[in-house]
Amino acid sequence: MEKTKSPEESRKLLDKITFDLTRSIVKRDELTHFWYFLLIMFAAVGLWGWGIQIRDGLGVTGMRDYVSWGMYIANFVFFVAVSLIGFLISSTLHLLKISWSKPISRVAEQIAIAAVALSGLIIVMDMGRPDRFLNVFLHGRFASPIIWDVTVVTTYLTISVLLYYIPLIPDLALLRDRGSDDIPKWKMQVYKIMALGWKGNAEQYKLVYHAMRVLMILILPVGLSIHTVTSWLFAATLRSGWDTTIFGPYFVAGAFVAGSAAVVILMYAYRVRYRLSDYFEELHFDYMGKLLVFVCLVYLYFNINEFWVPAYKMKTAEGIHLRNLFIGSYAPMFWSAQILGLLLPIFLMLFRYFRKPVPLTIISVFVLIASWIKRYIIVIPTLEHPFLPIQNVPEHFKHYSPTSTEIMITIFSFMAALLIITVLAKMFPVITIWEYAEEKGIDKKFLAEPKK
Amino acid sequence: MENKSRRNFVKKLGVSIGAAGLVGGSSILSSCNQVETASGDTITLLTSSGNLVEVDKSQLKPAEMPSLSENQKRGRAGLPNRKWVMVIDLSKCRNARECMKGCQNHHQLRPEQHHINVLQMQDAEHTAPYYMPKPCQHCDNPPCTKVCPVNATFKREDGIVLIDNERCIGCRFCIAACPYSARVFNWFEPRDAEKYEGVTYNIEANVPQKKGTITKCLFSADRLRDGKLPTCVSSCPNGVYWFGDQNEDAVTNGTTHETTVFSKLIKDNAAYTIMEELGTKPRVYYLPPKDRAFPFQGEIEDNHS
Ligand code: SF4
Ligand code: SF4
Repeated sequence: MEKTKSPEESRKLLDKITFDLTRSIVKRDELTHFWYFLLIMFAAVGLWGWGIQIRDGLGVTGMRDYVSWGMYIANFVFFVAVSLIGFLISSTLHLLKISWSKPISRVAEQIAIAAVALSGLIIVMDMGRPDRFLNVFLHGRFASPIIWDVTVVTTYLTISVLLYYIPLIPDLALLRDRGSDDIPKWKMQVYKIMALGWKGNAEQYKLVYHAMRVLMILILPVGLSIHTVTSWLFAATLRSGWDTTIFGPYFVAGAFVAGSAAVVILMYAYRVRYRLSDYFEELHFDYMGKLLVFVCLVYLYFNINEFWVPAYKMKTAEGIHLRNLFIGSYAPMFWSAQILGLLLPIFLMLFRYFRKPVPLTIISVFVLIASWIKRYIIVIPTLEHPFLPIQNVPEHFKHYSPTSTEIMITIFSFMAALLIITVLAKMFPVITIWEYAEEKGIDKKFLAEPKK
Repeated sequence: MENKSRRNFVKKLGVSIGAAGLVGGSSILSSCNQVETASGDTITLLTSSGNLVEVDKSQLKPAEMPSLSENQKRGRAGLPNRKWVMVIDLSKCRNARECMKGCQNHHQLRPEQHHINVLQMQDAEHTAPYYMPKPCQHCDNPPCTKVCPVNATFKREDGIVLIDNERCIGCRFCIAACPYSARVFNWFEPRDAEKYEGVTYNIEANVPQKKGTITKCLFSADRLRDGKLPTCVSSCPNGVYWFGDQNEDAVTNGTTHETTVFSKLIKDNAAYTIMEELGTKPRVYYLPPKDRAFPFQGEIEDNHS
């Protein structure tokens, strides 16, 4: 927190902050429309693909009896992974009183909400009988890791939404009271309702702090379990490649890598699009870069454990699986994910220059793509190598390649996630105004002042 | 009750019909109710083993099908005091694949869907290759039922692992969990879906099959209820299969109809179960392929290409 300012200074600064941070809400130009059009169009095409899949059966995908989980499940794991960033940035770093992460926490929360919502949807899209989804609740058995997953995904979504919403309330009140005339009427109406009659007195703030703290603590076990349980979907089976004891921490470590990269990309997008370079500063990118290096190193350590130890032994089935990854048909994917998505980024980000906004964002794009590929090669190669030979089935049962319907639905999931993020950014400030003002030493009483 | 009328019906036809959806539509049967005396009129029916038969309409009696809920209830309970086991004699298998054919007809399966699959095996580089029929192992510690989120696949008292096609949500977790690749999914509309339309679902035969759900070997639970051997066991021309009740300690050969002591059979022949190290405790025992009755013909495919 900076030193207290004079009322005049405070008011001026607050005006500027409010103006800058509501730019995303006010801004409506051709590009916005085009972006919406793009997202909705791709999402609609994906939904149409899902319609085809429901009509004709899951046979329209590239999956068959051996590789019975394909791109959808890989994508599901990816989204669960990305969503974990909410846990890391808006909770863990806060609780550790690391203040530089404050402006980023809403970005992380946006990503978390979009990703976890989509991960839930993808699972339904992967089901052979989505019409029977209710059976999960009617006949759910707690012995099945899927039920654990359903439980934690819903809990995590709920907590994430609350963790997004509760710090938003003072902002909503601020917008209600001080919002500029450029903000459309209906949005102002929404703010009024959602602000829940916030007055901004000390008691209310205490309530918000308290609620946030509770949520941040609550999200710790839930966040950890969401990805651990997802890893158990695999680790609970007897298959080589999945039958390992470190899958839980391995997945969690990988999740931080994917999520941090996503946050950097989104930060950069906001910085450029909404001219927020005073808010998402070089310093933030620098710290995010350092954070990314750190989580990458942890992930690298797990990768070494995950591959080195079995590769040393080369047990029969394990050996076939590993050889396929190292020198077989998945080698290009495996090595590009490891080298371009992990080793090279770690090396580059050690230099200050590569932690500047533009280079860091480019690196993050690579890291994010690699972490998607990584999920793909966790799911599919294992299934291509069952214990017993694959015989007496058509040739296309033996190898998996996604069909266009599958790709359409996968693209849908990305577009839908981006759509959620875009709508959130268009509706609400991308940085918590009151927290930011507080950081800048503006007294809370100015926040409650009506617009002159 | 229903058993009796069906038995008569079966006798008249001279074909074996399982308890399951025996004809292409119960509506045909009910319409035949009124034509008991008329004759000369024939009608084509589909038996549960997949054969088309012509029957005089006067021969037809409406089968009293147990209702869906009744089917489900008895299907989940299983046959009391039984412990079904299968013994497969590898030295006798010559890859005739009659078991596969019979099974596919019985369970409404497409040609690429195998409840039982005859694999060409070779254990090490220079050992003798052999044929290994592989049904579901009906594990006593089944990984597949543990992971099912909705209890659509379950193990019943008599040791059979079944699937409830009416409940399965198609998540395919059980496929991922089964180390024997014994499970099959209905990726598309099942074979002959129209013919089976309107037939009451029989959980013990898993017929009619449903798009988007799992299917797998059931030890022909419907035939066991009728006191018959599983389809694969009866279809084998080479005496490969023995099937019976562990509680009675007796197994019967499907080809020779000879009955023998189960425990002695597996002891004398050093029977084994596959992938015993996984701890799944299969109920299918294999007799090693020694003193083979035939030469191995064919090529060993690359197991893990
Ligand atoms: S063989 Fe597979 S499907 Fe059959 S009981 Fe065992 S695990 Fe389940
Ligand atoms: S696919 Fe069906 S039977 Fe298999 S685990 Fe899922 S719900 Fe259970």
